[in-house]
Amino acid sequence: MRSHHDMGGLPAGPVERREHDYALWEKRVDALMVLLSAPQRRLLRVDELRRNIEALPPDAYDRMSYYERWISAIANTLLQRGVVTADELGRKLAEIEARQAAP
Amino acid sequence: MSESPEALAARFAPGARVTVRRAAPPGHLRTPWYIRGQVGEVERLCGAFANPEELAYNRPGLPRQPLYRVRFRQREIWPDYRGPAQDTIEIEIYQHWLEPAP
Amino acid sequence: MTADSRRHAHDHDHDHHHPTRADDDDRLSHWQAMEIALRELLVAKGIITADEVRGAVEAMDARDPAQGARVVARAWTDPAYKARLLADGTAAVRELGIDMATTRLVVVENRPGLHNLVVCTLCSCYPRMLLGLPPDWYKSRAYRSRAVREPRAVLSEFGTTLPDDVEVRVHDSTADMRYLVLPERPAGTVGWSEDHLAALVSRDSMIGVTRPSA
Repeated sequence: MRSHHDMGGLPAGPVERREHDYALWEKRVDALMVLLSAPQRRLLRVDELRRNIEALPPDAYDRMSYYERWISAIANTLLQRGVVTADELGRKLAEIEARQAAP
Repeated sequence: MSESPEALAARFAPGARVTVRRAAPPGHLRTPWYIRGQVGEVERLCGAFANPEELAYNRPGLPRQPLYRVRFRQREIWPDYRGPAQDTIEIEIYQHWLEPAP
Repeated sequence: MTADSRRHAHDHDHDHHHPTRADDDDRLSHWQAMEIALRELLVAKGIITADEVRGAVEAMDARDPAQGARVVARAWTDPAYKARLLADGTAAVRELGIDMATTRLVVVENRPGLHNLVVCTLCSCYPRMLLGLPPDWYKSRAYRSRAVREPRAVLSEFGTTLPDDVEVRVHDSTADMRYLVLPERPAGTVGWSEDHLAALVSRDSMIGVTRPSA
């Protein structure tokens, strides 16, 4: 069966000539990808990131923006590799949430 | 290119007619769906590269697979292609996806 | 330089450096929070530093299509360079200080009778080192789906029409090669300087959806 991301040749509408200036958080996602895949670290490969993106459910793939898919894949790859644990990631996310709530 | 423990020997020369295998394993693949089962011509050997299907699982992907740029005629790929007969598409395909064309 | 509206090798007006869209500071999305979380964890573990992140962002910001345009203008004015560029794109752009890192550059030449178009149907592979970050439309479903199947229709949406005696050749970047289109040098540019020529070369012409004109 054709995978959802493998879209060459499928029907689609007109190409919308959209461009957007990248937000800082998006550029940082890109930076993380570059830094973590660099030869001196090799903590993830672009191929692992692609596999994780391709494994997103079709509706998530379509709904998420390009860099949302990438940061999701970076998180999954680092978890798979054991560079971060689920527990420490969960705690850090909660801490960030709490920072937002604090006056 | 000669065989070594690290790279497979190239099976195809430029000009060879090749068929892209039909297969659909799970995981990360770099052979697009639309080209599977199609027949094209080797335009050049690009070199030998670690297999991305294995790299995707953080395995070394060795021995390196010869990678070919293969040229296809659009009218042969798409039944409804409306452009002229000489329009083409070129895709890089790893050797393990290619068989000699009949 | 003159106030020529085409002096930047972009298809839209903006400042010299790429403006960063302001984050919506009202509420972080889940994925924005994820980026912060991973970055802070990785810095705490000593895997990366905040300076390295800043440096990587700046390095990417510094890349823009003007670099690709410089390569094209050099090829247009220096036949020996053009030959080297077509034979080994990675080595030839290194001469101009551009490092392709883990990817390889393949430069495909537009000629009378041949027009090249680049796409990555499986993700969005793009020669970032030469052109900067890709536009949204290059990564869109519509472009990735249709560029391989009906390239001429896609080209016409960009205002590019090619006669039937021209071969349209689509390149789907499925591996480590990254493609740059070397457009045809427009007529009426004899004797122009490299800088003047580079100003004619837009990002879109190096992807292959448009052609430069003088």
